[in-house]
Amino acid sequence: MLSSIRTVWLVFLHMFKKRVTIEYPEKKAFLAPRWRGRIVLTRDPDHNERCVACYLCAAVCPTDCISLQATEDENGRRKPEYFRINFSRCIFCGLCEDACPTYSIQLVPDFEMGEYKRQDLVYEKEDLLIDGQGKYHGYNFYRVAGVAVGVKGKGEGENESAPVDRKKLVP
Amino acid sequence: MQIIFYIAALVAIVSTAMVITRKNAVHALLYLIVSLLAVSVIFFVMGTPFVAALEVIVYAGAIMILIIFAIMMLNLGQASEKREKEWLKPRTWIGPGILAAILLAELIYTLNSFSPPAHEQAIIDAKDVGMSLFSTYALGVELAAMMLMAGIVGAYHIGHEKQKEYHRYLQKEEEL
Amino acid sequence: MSETWIHILIIVCVLLGMVTIAAGLIYVERRMLAVWQERYGPNRVGPFGIFQVMADMVKIFFKEDWIPGFVDRKVFIVAPTIIMITTLLSFAIVPFAPGIVVANLNVGILFFLAMSSLGAYTIVLAGWASNNKYSLIGGLRGAAQMISYEVFMGLSLMGVVILAGSFNMTDIVMEQKGMWNVVPQFIGFVIFFIAGLAETHRLPFDIPEAESELIAGFHSEYSGMKFGMFFVGEYLGITLVSAMTTVLFFGGWLGPSFLPPIVWFLIKMFAFILVFVLLRASLPRPRYDQLMSWGWKILLPLALLNLLVTGAIVLYNQ
Repeated sequence: MLSSIRTVWLVFLHMFKKRVTIEYPEKKAFLAPRWRGRIVLTRDPDHNERCVACYLCAAVCPTDCISLQATEDENGRRKPEYFRINFSRCIFCGLCEDACPTYSIQLVPDFEMGEYKRQDLVYEKEDLLIDGQGKYHGYNFYRVAGVAVGVKGKGEGENESAPVDRKKLVP
Repeated sequence: MQIIFYIAALVAIVSTAMVITRKNAVHALLYLIVSLLAVSVIFFVMGTPFVAALEVIVYAGAIMILIIFAIMMLNLGQASEKREKEWLKPRTWIGPGILAAILLAELIYTLNSFSPPAHEQAIIDAKDVGMSLFSTYALGVELAAMMLMAGIVGAYHIGHEKQKEYHRYLQKEEEL
Repeated sequence: MSETWIHILIIVCVLLGMVTIAAGLIYVERRMLAVWQERYGPNRVGPFGIFQVMADMVKIFFKEDWIPGFVDRKVFIVAPTIIMITTLLSFAIVPFAPGIVVANLNVGILFFLAMSSLGAYTIVLAGWASNNKYSLIGGLRGAAQMISYEVFMGLSLMGVVILAGSFNMTDIVMEQKGMWNVVPQFIGFVIFFIAGLAETHRLPFDIPEAESELIAGFHSEYSGMKFGMFFVGEYLGITLVSAMTTVLFFGGWLGPSFLPPIVWFLIKMFAFILVFVLLRASLPRPRYDQLMSWGWKILLPLALLNLLVTGAIVLYNQ
């Protein structure tokens, strides 16, 4: 009985406390840099697409909302022919970002993507691709990868030794 | 005031007739409540507002709601309505109906031949009711109190049942 | 003739005023709940969101008024009207200020008790007519709760009646000129307020409609304006119990003369309405059997004791 009265009094005192509500459209809530929101495809420092169309993101996606088709350019560099994310299915779990070997697919702190038509929530590659490098700066997959696709010659990469001449007898 | 009395009386009679002829028990009870409210209005017009208020509080407010409460639990469905329909056939009610009609005729005859004393509109309030309850009718009040006490004791005896099935943890404790 | 017209004017004013207050309470309650929960509440429609009431009204009037096929049609339609009618009728005996009273009955309190006991039908009938298990359980709980707490409500008021020597509300207010009834009748006040909470099935005691157990209890099947009637009826009930508490225990319109009597009355009434909201914001719902045993084992003996002591003191002083 007394504890109930005490409860009522304590709740009454809340009248004089600061309100915790953030009035959203006027004031925005703080979103941490690693907040998982809208998915983007990023470019490397040379302004080429980072995506190598390895399908890992599509394979790991729990809701199967990512769809892509790989193709190659004239240098043999892999890239997606189309890259489609259905955001009405996406649950923003971030598994695609974890799976991506090239830091291409990234989740950015933005959630304001309401649409009147459901079809408008299916984002194509040109909607997803941004001009910058996203959260990971200076990383270029083909600079460290062994293959030569016109970015660098064989053996010229960072921490990469020169190619072995396998026709010689001595190593 | 006369016209209000007659309207209320008419409502009471019609709704009581509806109580008898309804097949659905809850509908019948609702008409009974209307009838009680009409009787309460009659009491009010006759200059006994205290009794009128008690009529609504006790009969319409407490007793009828308990009866509805009981009927809600019984879950009377289509079957009971069918049975009521059977009972409302003239074959069933014609005998008691005739007998009751004879009694009613006698009642009207005696009421007519017996001229009532001049009715004075004295307002009987709570004080008068209390005075007469605890002086003239003291014995009746005591008897009613005893009956209610018996009712309470009986209800307690029926409702107070020793818990027979214990939770398995409690059962073990009991055995130990 | 002019007296009759003034009377009709009073009736219309009381009726419209009470319904307006009840509708406005929807906004007041949401705002005050928000204040006590460190939120803002509705603040979008108009300045400080005061047009939220209009928005809600428009919404509730234009919603589809759906009567499910499995219900008992007549009773289903009658049930929500009962609470509106009985609560509005109860306002007839509330003296708002000297002379401003619809019916100065000499059995005023009994009339209030009669109307609140008839109000129990709305829950029982709505629960039964909905033909739904949750509604039926809600109706059963509501019936048991309301008829139990009516007993304590009536008994707690009898102390006031003994002090005033009358059932008339105006007499009761005039009797409190020296001292408000809340001082000699503090136990009666507490019991009346708790019973009033239970009678209006407001939030600490909202077990007939307990959302978390019974969906919405007796009004699960209702929609549109029929649901709105339950909704407004509940707020009317709050207003009524607050007004009755003011009249019976806090001296009604009495107060220092720098404000008109009706203002004093309204100030006191709104204070109690806010207490209702505060209780909603702070207290959890008791279990059903707890409510019942609390009522019959604590409130009933207390009310009887209060009545006995009051009567004894009044007799001794004579």
